[in-house]
Amino acid sequence: MSTSTTTATAVRPLPALRPNRRLKVPKQAERTLRNGLTVIAVRRSAVPLVELRLWMPFGRTHLARGAMLAQTMLAGTQAHSATEIAAELQKVGGGLTAGLDPDRLMLSGAGLVTGLDRMLELLAEVLTGANYPADWVETERDRLVDRIQVAQSQPSHLARTALLKRVYGRHPYAVQTPDPDQVRAVRPAALRRLHAERVHPAGEVLVLVGDVAPERALDAAEQALAGWRGDGHVAELPPAPPLEPGPLLLVDRPGSVQSSLRLALPAVPRTHPDHAALQLANLIFGGYFSSRWVENIREDKGYTYGPHSLVEHSVAGSVLIAGAEVATEVTAAALVETNYELGRLATVPPKADELEQARQYALGTLQLGMSTQAGLASLTSAYAGNGLRLDFLAEHAARLAAATVDDVAEVAARYLAPARAVTVVLGDAERVADSLAALTPVRTESA
Amino acid sequence: MSTRRAKIPATKYPAERFTLDNGLRVVLTPDRSAPVIGVAVVYDVGIRSEPEGRTGFAHLFEHLMFQGSENLEKLAHFRHVQGAGGTFNGSTHLDYTDYFETLPANALERALFLEADRMRGPRLTEENLRNQVDVVKEEIRVNVLNRPYGGFPWLTLPPVMFDTFPNAHDGYGSFDDLESATVADAADFFRRYYASGNAVLAVSGDIDVAEATTLIERHFGDVPARPAPQRPDFAEPDLTTERRSTYTDALAPLPAVAGAWRVPDPVDDFAGYLPYVVLAEVLTDGDASRLVERLVQRDRSVTSLGGYVGFMGDPFDVRDPTALLLQAHLPPGGDVDKVLRTIDEELDRLATDGLTDGELARTQARMATHLLRDTDAVLGRALRMAVLEQQRGEPGLLNELPRLVGAVTEDQVRAAAATLRPERRASVEVVAGGAR
Repeated sequence: MSTSTTTATAVRPLPALRPNRRLKVPKQAERTLRNGLTVIAVRRSAVPLVELRLWMPFGRTHLARGAMLAQTMLAGTQAHSATEIAAELQKVGGGLTAGLDPDRLMLSGAGLVTGLDRMLELLAEVLTGANYPADWVETERDRLVDRIQVAQSQPSHLARTALLKRVYGRHPYAVQTPDPDQVRAVRPAALRRLHAERVHPAGEVLVLVGDVAPERALDAAEQALAGWRGDGHVAELPPAPPLEPGPLLLVDRPGSVQSSLRLALPAVPRTHPDHAALQLANLIFGGYFSSRWVENIREDKGYTYGPHSLVEHSVAGSVLIAGAEVATEVTAAALVETNYELGRLATVPPKADELEQARQYALGTLQLGMSTQAGLASLTSAYAGNGLRLDFLAEHAARLAAATVDDVAEVAARYLAPARAVTVVLGDAERVADSLAALTPVRTESA
Repeated sequence: MSTRRAKIPATKYPAERFTLDNGLRVVLTPDRSAPVIGVAVVYDVGIRSEPEGRTGFAHLFEHLMFQGSENLEKLAHFRHVQGAGGTFNGSTHLDYTDYFETLPANALERALFLEADRMRGPRLTEENLRNQVDVVKEEIRVNVLNRPYGGFPWLTLPPVMFDTFPNAHDGYGSFDDLESATVADAADFFRRYYASGNAVLAVSGDIDVAEATTLIERHFGDVPARPAPQRPDFAEPDLTTERRSTYTDALAPLPAVAGAWRVPDPVDDFAGYLPYVVLAEVLTDGDASRLVERLVQRDRSVTSLGGYVGFMGDPFDVRDPTALLLQAHLPPGGDVDKVLRTIDEELDRLATDGLTDGELARTQARMATHLLRDTDAVLGRALRMAVLEQQRGEPGLLNELPRLVGAVTEDQVRAAAATLRPERRASVEVVAGGAR
């Protein structure tokens, strides 16, 4: 038979996408209580739960005291011990945790929606009456010191610590992990004082998302928290300093079988006109799996498992951080490829289909991020903490949709140029210093 | 007041089930509360099924399923999912391997096409294999070799508790075994385990059942039929004398210990198994739990503590044999023996004196919140239902779990605690080689 047949290898075409459903931003209800607390409620009734996020501006606090305050805020009140608070929350399927970053103290949790009133009552009790009992403070001090020790044995933590210090210099963002000796010196009286100074309703934002009518959630919050009084000072953070490129900082970690590669590049806040285009440029570079950087150093060369780059927004400024853990023997080679991909995007416009793919990803993941109660709550809270509301999503989506190849090329040239990068490598200096020095001036420090 | 218990709510996600002619089982669970979908394909093969001399192969093969397929070049899968606004991943477990996407609802047909294409056959080439061996080695370095407590306890405890290769071996694999893997091995593995009859497809979220059914038939209907292989019996006898092992972690700054006890068969004896899932939470969930109160707060003999059922913390996604695990990090210089003795004492106390007023009900309410919260994510529903279908033929069990957990009685929890005897325990101690 001379007739060739193609049926066995018939190419099946990729199905087209259906028209996208328009981005529908959920409605929010908002009320500012007489004491200055802003409450925002959003309904998503898929599961009978409610999510809670309380954002408290907490910039410029003493690092060790702030960390200890977060650690012990739920450790007791006049009426209840720590164990009782935890048990009372559990009764309604609830739980609260406190977390600190250089911008804010955050109380967050979730519980059965039938327990919303009780969760808010306990929240109010803690906010107005946390008393930092000495025995708990002592226990938690030791635990925090233990945790810091564990963190300091993790390469990712050490690399981030070195990068923050290098990027932020004398800015409060430069050091985000307290020194163990300072933790050991924190006394309950200092925590009570810090609480009195900084935990007050004015300027704070409570977000409630769940299976509850927004007005009813606002009423519940007002009922529980209207009696929360107090005034203290609000500390403004100075703007983050601009990046100062310089020699590559090599942090020595003898025996390390991988090198932690970190690059910081300039970025802009969410509301800046360049932000949407920068987000797209970042995606094309390394911000998602189908990016040039991942396809190069993972899928082509096998240097690394999970490279990733991200624009990080903080109150005092934004920064783009790219990070990868690469095999020790290919450390310099991975940096070559990284700078190549940054340089290529900063000097040659991306292809139209590359931009389109990144745009669809950016728009699609907006939908995904809003599709759970927890996602909505965290997004609403992060926006509110930076002075935005959910309706900004529609504005941002419109900017993503409108960004052109030229827009993206222009921001890439401005923000992704490797000449503007601050580069830190944590790894075994003995094995990587020489090859890195072949690429760029290197300054070596011990971890 | 203290005995009043929160009513445990339930979800009502539908679970439409059907089987295609080629044996592929399908679960559809529509929910139109957000314009997104979850798509999950679960194959009934995991770490326990990989052959001797090929440790880590199930996971390596999972990577190869992303390297192109019948109609798709390398990198195409990633680009098509993300270019539709979606996210993807896969993961390898003891008893199954899953592949999944979360997408805007308009990408349903595309996702089905992508999954069907690799079910017909991945592109297994030498180049892709070598590339992914390198990637997996970096994954192991990140998660195990270059950090403290790597693989503790999920990789370091099974070899103490179990004797047979399937249950005891390192599921991430040795570098030697990974490097010895061949394309022929991969082709065999695919032929044997990645059969249409050995898979479940689940689709959740903003779908119309009739339309989704048509699309599924269109894309998966002509995937060649291959039957599921016979699943081997992985059973092992329970321990009758205590086992203990110790190793030094050169990077670890604090000592740590994990202990495990076998539990009833999660599938064949679900009613007997559930009390252990609840017990793990009674012991360790939050500041009001027994072991946290005793070990962290009163004795200060541990600095952090966790407890769960299943080596990967997946109580409803695992088959027999499995275990209840407790793990703790100790302060510098901490005494592991003392911690284990205290745990024994607390288990005795629980078995003998029972629970305090309201202790069980509040733990169950909290567990309900956790279970409901997981199902709010569209992908959580698809994945969980796919595995429930595969292991139990009962995807709708997802809706029942909060209530079933809530129906476990105090007597059952006490009886479960009474079985956690030192002579049935396997434990592993981490010596802090990195202590300063």
